Amino acid sequence: MKKIRDFFNEGGLLLFIIGRVLAGIPIILALSVLVFLATQALPGDAAVSYLANTATPERLAVIREQLNLDDPLWVQYGNWAWNALHLDFGSTLTGETEVSSLLKERIQNTLILMGASGIVAIPLSIAIGVYAAVRRGKLFDSSSSVITLILAALPEFVVGILLVVLLSTNIFQIFPAVSFVDPGTLAWINPMILVLPSLTLVLAVTPYVSRIMRGSMIEVMESEYIQMARLKGLSERTVILRHAVPNAIAPTIQVIALQLAWLAGGVVVVEAVFAYPGIGTIMIDGVKGRDLPIVQAITLMIATLYVVLNILADIGTILSTPRLRTKYTRRSDKSDVFSGAQGEDE
Amino acid sequence: MSKKTENKGQLAVLAAMTFKQTGARIGGFLLGLIILLALIGPFLAPFGFDEFIDAPNAPRSENLLLGADYLGRDVWSRFLTGGRSIIGLSFASTILGVGLGLLIGLFAASATPRKDAFVMRFNDILLAFPQIVFVLLVVSGFGSSIFLIAITVGFTHAPRTARIIRAAAAEVMERDFIKAAIAVGEKRRRIIASELLPNVTSPLLVEFGLRMTYSIGLVAAVSFLGLGLQPPAADWGLMINENRGSLTVQPWGVIAPVIAIAIFTIGVNLITDAIAKAAIGIDRKAKA
Repeated sequence: MKKIRDFFNEGGLLLFIIGRVLAGIPIILALSVLVFLATQALPGDAAVSYLANTATPERLAVIREQLNLDDPLWVQYGNWAWNALHLDFGSTLTGETEVSSLLKERIQNTLILMGASGIVAIPLSIAIGVYAAVRRGKLFDSSSSVITLILAALPEFVVGILLVVLLSTNIFQIFPAVSFVDPGTLAWINPMILVLPSLTLVLAVTPYVSRIMRGSMIEVMESEYIQMARLKGLSERTVILRHAVPNAIAPTIQVIALQLAWLAGGVVVVEAVFAYPGIGTIMIDGVKGRDLPIVQAITLMIATLYVVLNILADIGTILSTPRLRTKYTRRSDKSDVFSGAQGEDE
Repeated sequence: MSKKTENKGQLAVLAAMTFKQTGARIGGFLLGLIILLALIGPFLAPFGFDEFIDAPNAPRSENLLLGADYLGRDVWSRFLTGGRSIIGLSFASTILGVGLGLLIGLFAASATPRKDAFVMRFNDILLAFPQIVFVLLVVSGFGSSIFLIAITVGFTHAPRTARIIRAAAAEVMERDFIKAAIAVGEKRRRIIASELLPNVTSPLLVEFGLRMTYSIGLVAAVSFLGLGLQPPAADWGLMINENRGSLTVQPWGVIAPVIAIAIFTIGVNLITDAIAKAAIGIDRKAKA
């Protein structure tokens, strides 16, 4: 009997996960329409920017033909979206280079940077949050509260430049200020160049996650089951690590996911500070050269990443919260498509 | 009439509770310093902001308080002149974005569930674009102009503010006095203006402060990337961008604007944090 119930419970959860993933598809479609339309609204069309000064009516007509610009809008969108689905974003306006081949190494470099920052930032901010909650009102708590408030206020490029002044050019000369990577190699070949850009991102992300973790931890520590655990005579260490932390993490997962999604945007400016060869620097070059295919491709990728991270956060929250887990296994609730996108900055 | 005075009283209490906190006082001092700098700075500048006075990257001297920049212009004069654009643009975009978000949020909260769901679903889709990425997308299409940047930064705030305000207003909509007002047949516009709006003032103020912090960061970042004000303008973000290459020889062209931007954002954030704490305190008292 129990086995059958377990089977159905697991099935309900699986259905929820599948439903949640499927619900992401129309959102990504809508995003692609927005990105496509944003560039359609521009003055002049792609043929004009393609030919720039050499445009004559005849040549424009030829290029329009080549780029299929005379097709109805929805056909153009269909072609663009279909190719984008195969990671084919056309060629850049300036050269003959394929956008996707240009982006390949860049994407990997950016993911290395985001990964390095995330691996440091998440455990660090959870640890700070937990310790501040345990030492509530004491020196560590109050000083970390002031420091995170200040760090949360600083724009990420300001943090990056202060780190350069401090650790690279003016006071200490430990880490390189510019991330030089040989073309054809990836950034982790030379870990030294990763230090300052990832430290910048860590300092930008940690305040938010540690503050949420602290709040969640304080709430859990005041709960009855923690009192119960203490009354059972468990050591304070066991109470905190085994009983409190796992329960306090669930509300933090959404914030972690949103901060990871934020990293995808924050990385653009931070890469520019350090001339780091990722998608951020190439996007800025694209913006300066008004090279729309590149900008479109990167915008769509970053927005898609946000949707995916939100879905993962929702699933993670459900899995780590027993109360919700049973709720969704009893009746697979048609929950909000986007229920995860809350409290983005706080 | 009585409602208005009551609301004024609420705001006064909130302000008093806010500035009772040390953090808010420090924040107010820092913010005041920066605004004062922007207002009177240009009149105190010893040289013109685009005047060439010395060798490029000349060090500090009696004449040049902070040395010369990468083209040989006075860093101190450019610093004093360069605050207006960032302060003006970030205030403008925050007012625009928070105003728009407030309208959307109040509209959605007081609309039929179907309209509410439709507006908020579309709103959520916009959230998938990180603010800086959306600003860059628009700049790449239309070229850079400071008006466009203020409008775009404001526009990216709107869906984020709308979420917060809708959540706060939806809670107010559940209360009895709103139900009573609907039952009496008050017009929706009147309910929004005189019942909903006064009851979301504290989340609105907190949201304004938060958005202001982000506006400063975004406006400065766009200038820093070289996509905002164009040379020879004096602007803190642009100064950082221009003098970055000579950081080792003449750091002041970078350090002065970086510190000013930091003070500006920290000041705003300290006040915002204090407002949030004051609002929670008042809430607790009201419930107790």
